[in-house]
Amino acid sequence: MKLPATSVFILLFLLPPVRPQAQLEAARSVRAHGQVNTEMIRIPAGKFQPFLLAADQKHERHVAAFLLGQHAVTNAEFLQFVKANPQWRRSSVPRLFADNNYLSQWAGDENIGNAAIRRSPVTNISWFAANAYCKWLGKRLPSLDEWEYAAAARPENADPGADLSRIILGWYDHPTPAILPAVESTYRNTLGLWDMHGLVWEWVDDFNSVMLQGGNFYCAAGSAGTANKADYAAYMRYAFRESLQATYTVGSLGFRCAQDIK
Amino acid sequence: MKKSSSPKGILQTTAVLLLAGFAMSLITACNQAGGTKPAPNDTATVIGEYTADLTHAPFVPVARNYPKTEKVIVNIEVVEKVMKLSDGVTYTFWTFGGTVPGPFIRVQEGDEVELHLSNNPNNKMPHNIDLHAVNGPGGGAEATLTVPGHTSTFSFRVLNPGLYVYHCATAPVGMHIANGMYGLIQVEPRGGLPKVDKEFYLMQGEFYTKGKNGAPGLQPFDMDKAIKEQPEYVVFNGAVGAASGNNALRANVGDHIRLYVGNGGPNLASSFHVIGQIFDTVFQEGGSEANHNVATTLIPAGGAAIVEFTCKEPGTYSIVDHSIFRAFNQGALAQLVVAGNADKVVYSGKISDELYQPGGAVATQEPADPAAPDLPLAERFKQGQQLFEMNCSSCHQSTGMGMPGAIPPLAKSDFLMKRSDEGIGILLNGINNEPIIVNGNHFQGVMPKLSLSDDQIANILTYVRNSWGNKSLVVQEKQVKKARNQ
Repeated sequence: MKLPATSVFILLFLLPPVRPQAQLEAARSVRAHGQVNTEMIRIPAGKFQPFLLAADQKHERHVAAFLLGQHAVTNAEFLQFVKANPQWRRSSVPRLFADNNYLSQWAGDENIGNAAIRRSPVTNISWFAANAYCKWLGKRLPSLDEWEYAAAARPENADPGADLSRIILGWYDHPTPAILPAVESTYRNTLGLWDMHGLVWEWVDDFNSVMLQGGNFYCAAGSAGTANKADYAAYMRYAFRESLQATYTVGSLGFRCAQDIK
Repeated sequence: MKKSSSPKGILQTTAVLLLAGFAMSLITACNQAGGTKPAPNDTATVIGEYTADLTHAPFVPVARNYPKTEKVIVNIEVVEKVMKLSDGVTYTFWTFGGTVPGPFIRVQEGDEVELHLSNNPNNKMPHNIDLHAVNGPGGGAEATLTVPGHTSTFSFRVLNPGLYVYHCATAPVGMHIANGMYGLIQVEPRGGLPKVDKEFYLMQGEFYTKGKNGAPGLQPFDMDKAIKEQPEYVVFNGAVGAASGNNALRANVGDHIRLYVGNGGPNLASSFHVIGQIFDTVFQEGGSEANHNVATTLIPAGGAAIVEFTCKEPGTYSIVDHSIFRAFNQGALAQLVVAGNADKVVYSGKISDELYQPGGAVATQEPADPAAPDLPLAERFKQGQQLFEMNCSSCHQSTGMGMPGAIPPLAKSDFLMKRSDEGIGILLNGINNEPIIVNGNHFQGVMPKLSLSDDQIANILTYVRNSWGNKSLVVQEKQVKKARNQ
């Protein structure tokens, strides 16, 4: 079942209610304990050329200034969310909002278990769960355009000669390690964002927008509307997003939150 | 299909039958209105169900040859894993079923195939499958796009008999294929193919690595080389040596052999040839038309062929892409070892080898210089290098590394360096298919006896025995002369 946008909205109304006051308190207490690094990076407004164009899209897209998480949300951070919102426990979450592998890397409902992955990106989370986490902190998931724009920034501290494309392909070229590395373990880009490539895939708010616009991303048809046919690293990202549904959880798929600038 | 015996089930069945009857009458009406086009025989009732027995290359599942149309369940898991591409060279393969090529699927014309494609949870990439045996959009690609940790299912009727390639068709398609995501599905014609003694599964594919052929370590994929169609490796069954040496195909004299040969590409067409065999029958492009008495058949990328021949003579037969540099320099070489008794009528072997000097030159070999001079190592080494490049390097390679599974290495070769005759006997006599062990690896093949003078043999051996980490004394002409006269 692929979810059209309207049904996503309908399902959102069905979500268990969250108490804003409790949320804020939880968020505050977490900050007080220093367990959640909520530092957001200001991403200045700018233009970029999206890899895959829908029929009605211009070649250059404008992105307004916004805030984006410095790194992907970690298991430890997500644990705070689950503790504050027990309806998102592994054993409580309805199958409508996350498939069977939801948080399967954890030892229990409120127990990560393996200390080695506390600071690793939380994975095996559905779009619904990622969305709820960001909402809990008064934030939101970045849009596809925002994410792609921010991720296109050049690496700052990578090895000489390791351009973005090489970093991405280096990640593809190796099987997933048994223990996912911690956040801030790959590279930082010129915007100050960590691990935009090379650690995990990341959810975006409108991950299936290309599909919704009638894009067909199989076989040769996929090359028809691309801005750069040699950018096969980007092909992978779009193909990956297209294979997702909002309830899916994947071992190499995490997320980070964004926020409007008020 | 499972039958339901509950009253509710019977009611449902009745309703379905009624609906089906109604639909049938509509179809009949359409046919009457539209003419006399016969209904395709693609909806024959499915009787029975079984899970397909899948095999990994070079093996082929046994044909079932059942009289009815059946439902066949095919389960394939996609696994991304590091495996050997060549000696000392590894690569992150994307595989159907954990091997390159993927498993061989064998079904029968008319069957309903229910395919379950699972994407291993530890994989990074989404994958799907496009089977060329499918009539439908994307060959199943759209129906099977699957994220890691999920399983997609779709079903199709195999309406056209033949041998077909399947492959992953997730963007960018070329990279998924270049990483090894292909295999074969054989749709057996009704009644089956004639029985043969041995069947094998071979699939060619090329690999585009960042490092040059032979560069050691885990090699990343190189998109630029893929776009330029300049592979570093062209191989059968996913790795250099995967179907040669110890892994060679084996048969006996008199065996009738059938090879199911696929070409995954992604780019190159294969000039498929078995050196020293003639195909009695070729089902070109895997289709229904049989061609006879063919030596080399062209297999397009994304295509296949069925070739049949009879082994009349014992020996080791090289199976190659006759675009021949691919065979000798990039790995496109498999072997068929045929055991049994020779038939001198069919093949005599070498009867004689005499000097040929046109223009009335002396008909006998130059008299050997009785006082063959001893030369210093450096001089013999230098001349030996040139002679080696001319006579030896196309097989043993300029690196002395040979070809894994097919041509033994000379570099640090225990077989060569521990010989009491310094290797002189090998150059004088050649090797005629005797099995040998070099550095623990089994080799069997033919090294021709070359027409080299004693002086030249001394030069070559001096070079070989002092290159690529080998170290020994100079080999002098008089040693060769002595061995020759023994």
